Amino acid sequence: MSKFKKGKQGDLPAISTASLPDIVFMLLFFFMVATVMRDSSLMIKNSLPSADQVEKLKKDRTAFIYAGEPSEQFKQLGTEPVIQFNDKIIKVEEVQASVRAAQDELVEELKPKFVVGLKVDKNTHAGLVSDIKQELRQANTLKVMYIANAKAE
Amino acid sequence: MAKRAAPEVNAGSMADIAFLLLIFFLVTTTIEKDKGLLRSLPPIDDSEVEPPIIKQKNLFTVLINRNNQLLVEDEQMELKDLRKAAIEFLDNGGGTNPAGERCDYCKGSRDETSSDHPEKAIISMKHDRETSYEKYIDVQNELVAAYNFLREREAKRLFGNLKEYQGVEKVYQTMLEEKEKNQFSKDTILNARIEDIKKLFPMKLSEAEPDKS
Repeated sequence: MSKFKKGKQGDLPAISTASLPDIVFMLLFFFMVATVMRDSSLMIKNSLPSADQVEKLKKDRTAFIYAGEPSEQFKQLGTEPVIQFNDKIIKVEEVQASVRAAQDELVEELKPKFVVGLKVDKNTHAGLVSDIKQELRQANTLKVMYIANAKAE
Repeated sequence: MAKRAAPEVNAGSMADIAFLLLIFFLVTTTIEKDKGLLRSLPPIDDSEVEPPIIKQKNLFTVLINRNNQLLVEDEQMELKDLRKAAIEFLDNGGGTNPAGERCDYCKGSRDETSSDHPEKAIISMKHDRETSYEKYIDVQNELVAAYNFLREREAKRLFGNLKEYQGVEKVYQTMLEEKEKNQFSKDTILNARIEDIKKLFPMKLSEAEPDKS
């Protein structure tokens, strides 16, 4: 009998917390890896306008076109607003080809739902935007989304 | 001196440090979800078909000049008044739609000189090349807001009494959000309802190209 009694006596052994740091580090690394700061490095100023009637954008079917004045490091490009697509500055005439290429990379079923996200600096003149839109019409990619910061109503 | 064994470093606070970092990353991470105004561009039309003549009263013209001033229906207007003016225009219902029916859901003033029917009412927007993009988006936003306001009102009138929308503040928005959520399992009833509302106030927002100067 005394053999069994022994086990029931005494305090519960403390749960080892030695593996806790490992678990937390694992989570930490996950978040560090999953955090995407920005997709492509911008060569232009890009402060978006704000709007309150915004809809969510589905990333899987979107290509982004950026436009705005060249930022401080890229002063050699001048002060006129330029268009950026995937890490490089393109001319208005190149928009059509670039957008078509982006659409071709999509999964087949998303191709008809292709959306072009326009991330345009709010100080850009709207003429450039209408040039881009004209090119998009030529490329027959008719869905555009003017990306804006959501503001409270 | 006798060589002493190095004392073991206490790793107990490691968890605290890791937690601190974890919480920092948790807080600073914004899994960014882009938002914006979704619009469709008109397809390029090369056909020589004569465009239909639109009566002046069914057109609501919004012009933005290079100094970012607004000219709405030939009168200068502030941005904050634009939404109300657009709602009044769309909701007027002074005449009949192409099928000859009167707009029985319009709550406007039924002014003979303003739009006939929401199906006929067209908002036409034109801007200068030098207009700032910010202003342009502001105007777009206000015009979309006018449509959303009216659609919201109709959604509330038609479906606000249903038990799933009882006490819901924004019926139309809730419906859209629901649609978003079940994008993989299509809810035909919900989609049909949204289409019904959209049909009552179809978004007819045309944009003219800026003049080349």
